[in-house]
Amino acid sequence: MNKKPGFFGRFYMSIILFFLYAPIFVLIVFSFNSTRSRTVWTGFSLEWYRRLFSDGTILDAFYTTLIVAVLASVIATFIGTVAAVGFFNMRSRWRTPLTQINNIPMMNADIVTGVSLSLLFVSLGTMLSFRLGFGTLLLAHVTFCIPYVVLAIMPKLRQIDRNLVDAACDLGCTWMQAFRKVIIPEIRPGIINGLIIAFTLSIDDFVISYFTAGGNIMTLPMQIFAMTRRRVSPEINALSTILFMSVLILLIIINVRDIKQEEKLRQRTSV
Amino acid sequence: MKPNYFSIPYVGWMALFVVTPIVMVFVFALTTPTGEFTLRNFSDMGLFLPVFIRSFRLAFLATVVCIVLGYPVAYLLARETTRVQRILFMLIMLPLWMNFLLRTYAWMSILENTGLLNQLLSFLSLPTVRIINTETAVVIGMVYNFLPFMILPIYSVIVKIDKNLIEAAHDLGANTFSVFRKLIAPLSIPGILSGVTMVFVPAVSAFVITQLLGGGMVFLLGDLIEMQFLGTAHNPNVGSAISIVMMLIVIVFVIVMNKFGSGEEKAVGL
Repeated sequence: MNKKPGFFGRFYMSIILFFLYAPIFVLIVFSFNSTRSRTVWTGFSLEWYRRLFSDGTILDAFYTTLIVAVLASVIATFIGTVAAVGFFNMRSRWRTPLTQINNIPMMNADIVTGVSLSLLFVSLGTMLSFRLGFGTLLLAHVTFCIPYVVLAIMPKLRQIDRNLVDAACDLGCTWMQAFRKVIIPEIRPGIINGLIIAFTLSIDDFVISYFTAGGNIMTLPMQIFAMTRRRVSPEINALSTILFMSVLILLIIINVRDIKQEEKLRQRTSV
Repeated sequence: MKPNYFSIPYVGWMALFVVTPIVMVFVFALTTPTGEFTLRNFSDMGLFLPVFIRSFRLAFLATVVCIVLGYPVAYLLARETTRVQRILFMLIMLPLWMNFLLRTYAWMSILENTGLLNQLLSFLSLPTVRIINTETAVVIGMVYNFLPFMILPIYSVIVKIDKNLIEAAHDLGANTFSVFRKLIAPLSIPGILSGVTMVFVPAVSAFVITQLLGGGMVFLLGDLIEMQFLGTAHNPNVGSAISIVMMLIVIVFVIVMNKFGSGEEKAVGL
């Protein structure tokens, strides 16, 4: 590991990166094509972007996805944070089996999580007379997000100095005050991480949504699936380009900020 | 810190939305559509044996290809300087931020019979290939979608290997190859094992990839389950039984693999 990769190493790495990016590149190039063809270049146009933004169903699906992702990630982060603190204070006799149950949705194949939830919702629905829709979609998303939030927070809890909490209580804090003023600030990075993970998982999910959303509501990935089944729809290319560029810009901003912070830290320590 | 009643709301949530659904899958698998007890959903499973075999064969193939392609990437990545590592790591993870439906859709225009790959081949006056709607296309789709999930855990294990160990090995006269064979390869096995789990589980239950790149010609377990729940065959009881058998095989596979893996780790004596 003291030696840097040589020519062959670099060459291999470029081939893999080419494999990873060629399809995305093709997708982006053909979003500007002037005809419907996905494979023959006929000239530049912004036609598919215009159509994308005038397509009501895609925009609706986009709003649904965004609302579900915001609600699901906030609810999951709230429940997950409280649950993680609770788990942490348990005896391991209780904690171990509960953590294992918590891991089930992460380990299980998405399709099995999806069908099992759909069985529950359909059965409950016939008993309580409701149908699959926004509510069941949101419940499903919260359910598969919570485990990742718990997972993000647990390591931060282990790092807390227990004396801090004891000190707070000795100085007259109630347990709730200690929770709010000592524990929450200490685990904040974990909570924020959990929130981000939950949000991206929710926005990206297709399989579980597909089984739990019913026929009347569509998320963006479900809409994309419907469009890909029709095979040729360059609006998808336009949509992909916009999504990819947004993520790229976001990641560049985050990384530049991180590097700047690190440099500041280094300067401070060197002074 | 004492109050453990904090977890009560989530324990209730898990009981309703994690445990109950799984119990219901078992209940459905053991009943007829009219609600009577039966074992036929399982005893008739032989009917789907070809689908089971095809799914596990293709998932296995995709996993092996991911190891072969991904391991060198993880190894090379770990040897770069921190700055280059950071950039390359970002580049490898970036495609994951794009929805996997879009990533799979992108391959359609490349692999189609009149697609870009064949255009390139005929431009070079080489014979064209028929890939779309075959098992090859489905495996390419799986590898493309899941490769980063193999690279990530292997990389994170290799990068944590104590540099002093490697230096010590070199000082004691080992060359790069034997350092790799006797030190890095055995120590990276836990990474490979978690990579295998992260690739194999989604690959064996894939159903969108098969529909986009297999064109309905390559029918896998995911398609079978989907068909029983939302498709034309509509029979959630049979679908539940198939899901259970699939997950049981996967669980046994993962347990056996991890037993084997932890043995390897001990053999290195660290």
